[in-house]
Amino acid sequence: MRLAGFYLFAALVALLPVLFPDNYFVIVIGASAGLHVILAVGLNLLMGYAGQISLGHAAFFGMGAYASAILTTRFGWPSLLALAAGLVATGAIAWLLARPILRLRGHYLAMATLGFGIIVHVIMVQATRWTGGPDGLAGIPPLNLFGWSVEGDLQWYGVIVAAMLLALWLALNLVDSQVGRALRAVHGSEFAAQMMGVDTGRAKTQVFVVSALFAAFAGSLFAHQQAFVSPDSFNLTISVELVTMVVLGGMASTFGAACGAIALTLLHQGLVVFEDYEMLIHGALLMAVMIFLPQGLFVGLSQGAQRLWVTLRQES
Amino acid sequence: MFEQLFQFLVTGITVGSLYALVGLGFALIYNASDVVNFAQGEFVMLGAMIAIALLDAGMPLLLAASAATLLTIVAGLLLERFAIEPAKGASVVTTIIITIGAGIFLRGVALLLWGKDFHSLPPFSGDTPIQLGGATVLPQSLWVLGITVLLVALVRAFFNRTLLGKALLACSFNRVAAQAVGINVRVMLRLAYGLSAGLGALAGILIAPITFSSYEAGVMLGLKGFSAAIIGGIGNPMGAVAGGLLLGVLESLGAGLISSGYKDAIAFLFVLMVLFFKPTGLFGHQLVERV
Repeated sequence: MRLAGFYLFAALVALLPVLFPDNYFVIVIGASAGLHVILAVGLNLLMGYAGQISLGHAAFFGMGAYASAILTTRFGWPSLLALAAGLVATGAIAWLLARPILRLRGHYLAMATLGFGIIVHVIMVQATRWTGGPDGLAGIPPLNLFGWSVEGDLQWYGVIVAAMLLALWLALNLVDSQVGRALRAVHGSEFAAQMMGVDTGRAKTQVFVVSALFAAFAGSLFAHQQAFVSPDSFNLTISVELVTMVVLGGMASTFGAACGAIALTLLHQGLVVFEDYEMLIHGALLMAVMIFLPQGLFVGLSQGAQRLWVTLRQES
Repeated sequence: MFEQLFQFLVTGITVGSLYALVGLGFALIYNASDVVNFAQGEFVMLGAMIAIALLDAGMPLLLAASAATLLTIVAGLLLERFAIEPAKGASVVTTIIITIGAGIFLRGVALLLWGKDFHSLPPFSGDTPIQLGGATVLPQSLWVLGITVLLVALVRAFFNRTLLGKALLACSFNRVAAQAVGINVRVMLRLAYGLSAGLGALAGILIAPITFSSYEAGVMLGLKGFSAAIIGGIGNPMGAVAGGLLLGVLESLGAGLISSGYKDAIAFLFVLMVLFFKPTGLFGHQLVERV
């Protein structure tokens, strides 16, 4: 019952390509939205549940992508091994970074994560020998899953959706675990959580690493799906967009973050026609949601609906 | 070698002056409202772009610069009225995201008005370089330095000598207490946003002849200004000025001696180190968090 929403969502995304066969919009945009869901759900664990802002999350996304890209093209590693190496490396960096960075709060944390994201981006642009510099790395071989080479839009939709569901399932279970409760306590009041015996430093480190791993995983998939990576996909704008997804849907709600990711992906597609207005609308939307529905569209609307339902029942 | 170092120093102080002005703007707003305004860099961009547009329309430089500063101040006041005030009492994360949104919005407006092209302002007094002890100094650099010193002195005098400045300072210590002694906190808040936007705009106009300006030009400048404020200890105006100069010099030395491509990475690495080892800033004092 607890995961009813999850099964419903899983059935829906599995049915989509059946209901709309050969529909470019559903398959390609769907895959893109799926990657964003993984990223947003991971970031939401950190932002929504633990209450720690990260304005540099694209860095972890990029690390996963570049690990896969560099190891497969320059060293000829099998794609799954490269993916695993990317996860280990990103996890290790996140773990090393977690303690000093998560001791900071509020604006300081925002600045530190932002700075970290910019440093990683500069390295991607400048370390040309490894990363291919601003032009990026092309010719990344397809993802090979135990002999099955993932090719074509439909196959990619399947793989990304499966990965997305795995990420959602993990996040939903994590939130309801002891770690999840500890995190929410940290969000409420770090001091009170400490008094209750929660090792807040440990809890924050864990969620930071998990969140980075989600991003790196999405990054590896992205690199193989696109067969190309360049620093532009991992800059500050992308970090801000990831934050937008989380807050748009609603912080501290896994489905909220997922909805935010899907909504923003669709919005971008819709705004392609009004290219010049995209930035304006993006900014206005971000401000409006935070001012009027600070708990997010999804959470705000569902709470509104609940309240309405209660009022209607009382009146009848 | 020495001459080269001197050259880097001159460049660093020029850029650092801008970081100082932007950082000062951050500190003003932070003091008055506990908000870190991530749209601060956009004030810099707006100042430069409006001045360029007005100059192109045939206005004399001084008039164009003054009008651009005034218009940017209006933008700052509008930001305060329509984005910050309605979200009063929101969490830190919420206000950070609101101001980020405001920054994107202002960039979007600039993109619509002026496109993606780079624009530049002619130097205030020619571009014949001046030889100074082996270093080459652009006349514009002297303008930047001179006006920055003047503005910082004015802001200092404003806080130390005028009643209005002292009232603003009182708000930064304790808003409720300030209200209780009859200071109109709301007006003070607007004053801080206006001042901060004005400082940003002036910084943008000063630098526009040296670096080109575009709708995106404010992003990095804003972040460097924020870094300056953090290095100096957030909410410490003169600390922000010192932090800005330090950051500018460090960046210029890093670019000259290590690698120009890595200059932003060097700057932010320094900021990270300050945050890790002395998060209250190099010139700040210890703050105790109230639970």
